[in-house]
Amino acid sequence: MNQETILDINDLRTSFLVDGFEVKAVDGVSFKLPKGKTIGIVGESGSGKSITAMSILQLLDKPGKIMGGEINFKGRDLTKLSEKEIRDIRGNEISMIFQEPMTSLNPVYTIGQQIRETLKVHQGLDKQRGTKKAIELLTLVGIPSPEQRVKQYPHELSGGMRQRVMIAMALACNPELLIADEPTTALDVTIQAQILELIKDLQSELGMSVIMITHDMGVVAETCDYVAVMYGGKVVEYQDVKSIFKSPKHPYTVGLLNSIPRHDTDVDELEPIKGNVPSPKDMPEGCRFAPRCPFATELCTQELPTLDTQADGGEVRCWIYTDRWDGDPEVNVRESKRTAESE
Amino acid sequence: MFQFIVRRLIQLIPVLLGVTIIVFSLMHLTPGNPAQIIAGESAPKETIEQIENRLGLNDPIPVQYFHFLKDAVMLDFGTSWRTSLPVSQELAPKFWVTLELAVYSTIFSIFLGLIAGIISAVRQYSIADVGIMLVALFGLSMPNFWFGLMLMQWFSLQLGWLPPTGWGSPQQIILPVITLGTMGAAVIARMTRSSMLDVISQDYIRTARAKGLKERVVIYRHALKNALIPVVTVIGLQFGSLLAGAVLTETVFAINGMGKLMVDRILARDFPVVQASVLIIAVVFVFVNLIVDISYKFLNKRINMD
Repeated sequence: MNQETILDINDLRTSFLVDGFEVKAVDGVSFKLPKGKTIGIVGESGSGKSITAMSILQLLDKPGKIMGGEINFKGRDLTKLSEKEIRDIRGNEISMIFQEPMTSLNPVYTIGQQIRETLKVHQGLDKQRGTKKAIELLTLVGIPSPEQRVKQYPHELSGGMRQRVMIAMALACNPELLIADEPTTALDVTIQAQILELIKDLQSELGMSVIMITHDMGVVAETCDYVAVMYGGKVVEYQDVKSIFKSPKHPYTVGLLNSIPRHDTDVDELEPIKGNVPSPKDMPEGCRFAPRCPFATELCTQELPTLDTQADGGEVRCWIYTDRWDGDPEVNVRESKRTAESE
Repeated sequence: MFQFIVRRLIQLIPVLLGVTIIVFSLMHLTPGNPAQIIAGESAPKETIEQIENRLGLNDPIPVQYFHFLKDAVMLDFGTSWRTSLPVSQELAPKFWVTLELAVYSTIFSIFLGLIAGIISAVRQYSIADVGIMLVALFGLSMPNFWFGLMLMQWFSLQLGWLPPTGWGSPQQIILPVITLGTMGAAVIARMTRSSMLDVISQDYIRTARAKGLKERVVIYRHALKNALIPVVTVIGLQFGSLLAGAVLTETVFAINGMGKLMVDRILARDFPVVQASVLIIAVVFVFVNLIVDISYKFLNKRINMD
């Protein structure tokens, strides 16, 4: 990674303070995002991936709070900014689109009013110029007859169209970073592909960097350059996208890959990962994944491994790749299930 | 929209017809002979019979109702049995007083209720929230004649700041409006709070914040407009009940309004005045709610009027 880094998150910790207890939703997450690239943050529900995204723009719902760490964006630590300074960045230098296009637009204002609002706050455009720019943006995201659409209300648009409007709104001020929090999860499969295609095209056109939050390895394959796999509030593996599909290292990553259908092998059955994500309230003491891991040893359940850089440049948080590994030295994580079951 | 209003106006006809039937029947079913009351306790039988004949009280009740309805359609409510003045002439000045009282009280309760409700919602579970909700609970549960007397005792008798009775000057307006408007303010505050809390947790509020808008803009432009619909409904109902419920406040502050007039004339069995008053209140009530329905359309374009 020799390119310029646009976002460097270092040891981010975000917690929810409930009834005097600290629930650690994001527990020491670090990753870097090179300029103009896309990083996928992958994990199941409850892995802390959305909270990581919300922490960047400090859009956490109460009682969420950033407890520590740094979020360096173009040399500034976002966690140290004042309310006003972070407001100037939101929607301007860093934009965000959300999972639910159906409910993410305000039902009582027109599409045009909602796009103009961003332009007015950050660029001081008046109504006339704002409308002109809004129409341009709607054209850019592929909405037909944008002159009519600006006057319409969200309920007059389909889910896919609304997500396009959300994207248009996010792009209004030419952000350098776009955070997409499961942008296609709520959409039909055909629309999903269109929206991903749109984000990719716009990215190369506008030179944005993108953080793609998703639980869908298909989306990762389609859009990302790098992948951070999150589990239990921690990054368990960080690789470039090719390596993660070719040689996944963490047993959890292998599990995620095995639970999506593939057409290049004869396997008929998908392998779900057994069990559930642990609740942040009672995290296992050792490796967070140990209770569900087919390879877990005593060491795994007792001590948390660190995120270590491997020979090929990837990073993984697993005892298997360390000198202290106390299990089968010949273990091959990619043959997880069959090995685990045949024994 | 125009069609909607016309249709609602047509719907008004059966509603008002129903109101007249109920009021008319109630008045005629209550014991006590109006002729006897008009003539006095010790009047001779002949005088009473004469009065009964003059007022048409001996006709079958449906015939009497029909006569009343026929005149009412022409906006002629007859003459008062007590004062022999035309009902419209008796009612008009008192109606304006009560309408004023109700309008001022409504404005007071909207103003206070909205502000308190928004503060409560934005700072949920804070001391301000708990305090406001306690006061609102108090405002909701205390009888307003007692509250009126307490205000009068404190501000008029002890401090001497405000006149205790009457209606007209700005000073005279303050205490009755607080008395009558407090309950409404409490209802509106609670409604606004719960409606705002509901809206604040919506996805589009997060979107608004993600755009870089100021918190004030997020609350007042994005949240409040969405939260207003249930509040507006409550305001409409509140206004109607203020108009009808001004009786106690008017009595406590010796205000010569319609509430007081109605109570007096019910006791005097002055049927024409009572019937006309109830009818007017019903008409105002229905109109206010029509305005509320129309305002929905402006608050939320998703609501389809046709």
